[in-house]
Amino acid sequence: MSARRRVTIFATSLLVACMLASAFLLRWVDQLRTNATLEEVLYISSPKVLKRMSLGYDGLLADIYWTRAVQYFGGKHHAGASRYDLLAPLLEITTTLDPHLLVAYEFGSNFLAPAPPNGAGMPQRAIELAQFGIRNNPDDWHLYYDLGFIYYMELHDYAKAADAFARGSQVPNAHPFLKALAAQMAQHAGELQTARMMWSATYSTTTDASIRANAVAHLRALQVDEDVTNLENLVRFYQEKTGHFPASFAEMEAAGFLRGIPVDPLGQTYELKPDGRVQVRDPDDLPFIEKGLPPGYIPPKKPRFLPTDRN
Amino acid sequence: MNARIAHIASNTFREAVRDRVLYNLIAFALLMSGAAILVGQISIDIERLVVVNLGLTAVSLFGVVIAIFIGIGLVSKEIEKRTLYTVLSRPVRRWEFIVGKFLGLAGTLVVNTFFMAVGVFLALLYVSHHFQRADGWLLVALYFIILQFLIITALALLFSSFSTPLMSAVFAFALFVIGSFAEDLRGFAAMTHGLTRWLATAAAYLVPNFSALNIISSVAHEQAVAGRFILLNTGYALIYATMVLCGAVLIFERRNLK
Repeated sequence: MSARRRVTIFATSLLVACMLASAFLLRWVDQLRTNATLEEVLYISSPKVLKRMSLGYDGLLADIYWTRAVQYFGGKHHAGASRYDLLAPLLEITTTLDPHLLVAYEFGSNFLAPAPPNGAGMPQRAIELAQFGIRNNPDDWHLYYDLGFIYYMELHDYAKAADAFARGSQVPNAHPFLKALAAQMAQHAGELQTARMMWSATYSTTTDASIRANAVAHLRALQVDEDVTNLENLVRFYQEKTGHFPASFAEMEAAGFLRGIPVDPLGQTYELKPDGRVQVRDPDDLPFIEKGLPPGYIPPKKPRFLPTDRN
Repeated sequence: MNARIAHIASNTFREAVRDRVLYNLIAFALLMSGAAILVGQISIDIERLVVVNLGLTAVSLFGVVIAIFIGIGLVSKEIEKRTLYTVLSRPVRRWEFIVGKFLGLAGTLVVNTFFMAVGVFLALLYVSHHFQRADGWLLVALYFIILQFLIITALALLFSSFSTPLMSAVFAFALFVIGSFAEDLRGFAAMTHGLTRWLATAAAYLVPNFSALNIISSVAHEQAVAGRFILLNTGYALIYATMVLCGAVLIFERRNLK
């Protein structure tokens, strides 16, 4: 073997070994500094300064910041975090850099508004984001829908929700359901039917699988809440008539109070407790339900969606 | 075109190719294919936007870097290698040398941009599966990027005609940055009074306005570009580049090459 060949082999081997060793050591260092991850740092927090520094290439920088916001939210959400301190600033930077990046308003307000663990629990920041989006994109009806949705779902401010839907319905090419939502909001704001309409609208207008899954889970939860309310009313009625709680739904069916054994939206039978309460059998599979929960139930940190919900 | 200018331009183009300038296309291809495949997995709903924003930004920045770093050596390298004397000893006027060099580098950048544009459209086809009418505006953005290159090439050549390569690079890059803030400069001028206002306004109009030539964000959002805007930008870039070239010719004509 020539001397030159020997040097080539030695140098190549050393290069590969050093590369592997440096990666290994870096992983080790990361394990020692678990709290020092870069994601909790905004080196430049002013959106205006960043816009200037982008030298006109602000579109690409906005895409980078949007990706960073998605990664930040995804990482925190996955870990079941209760604080999302950087989310609002990241979204603010993204939308200042590119005020026409509609996806950042639509998803961003969905990330910001819901209470943890489903979101950052910052409905006011979500409203500011949606309003900034409307100012910069007044002809996009989705943004009015998002604004109305936050007012309705998170703040229960039905008048403002109705106003947002009504304004959105006047935008050219607005989806016709905005008018219906505005009317529904004015008359039956607190009713289950209205909530069902809202989630159905979200389901039918999104192309994103995760938003679709979220809407399906909420629709299912509304169904459970309605079922449990109706069944418990029926059980009370049975008790008034017979003087005792029924031992099972089969007993109620035999007495002609039910046409069959009631099942939840996942096909599981509801459970009837001796004190007349009605419960779901597997609450972990039914996130967002408010009724039919076992006493002292603690929901999982992250809502569990079924794989079929994303279709 | 004058045959002597055409010869100098084609030699400049050949020299740039021989200097492996077009190798940047490999880096660009890797960047575009990586972005097209990766972004869908790490972000939400911005695949097309990223391909357009990243693609056009890369076309612009790669071109600016090439224009500056090749442009600054166009004259000084010829002097250093003493090849300039051979050229000028023939019946070639100094202004022909400057214009030929300019056209050669501009041609290199146009060819480079053409291949990059093909890459951008291929990546776009990969993420969108089809082209749409609004994608045609990307061609306008690419055209504006080429106009930007003409100005920067002329500037690099101007500085190269009287300064060292290092200083030329600093001057050209500084003007590129200042030109990107041209609209802010004008805003600043509007806020001042008296002599300061005149001076600031003069400075704002003297530096090249690159911000008007950067429409990457708006074409990424499928916004149309007015024909009048294209026409005015074309006129502006050509006039500005000609003005700078005239400056380069004036300096080079008077330069003592002994």
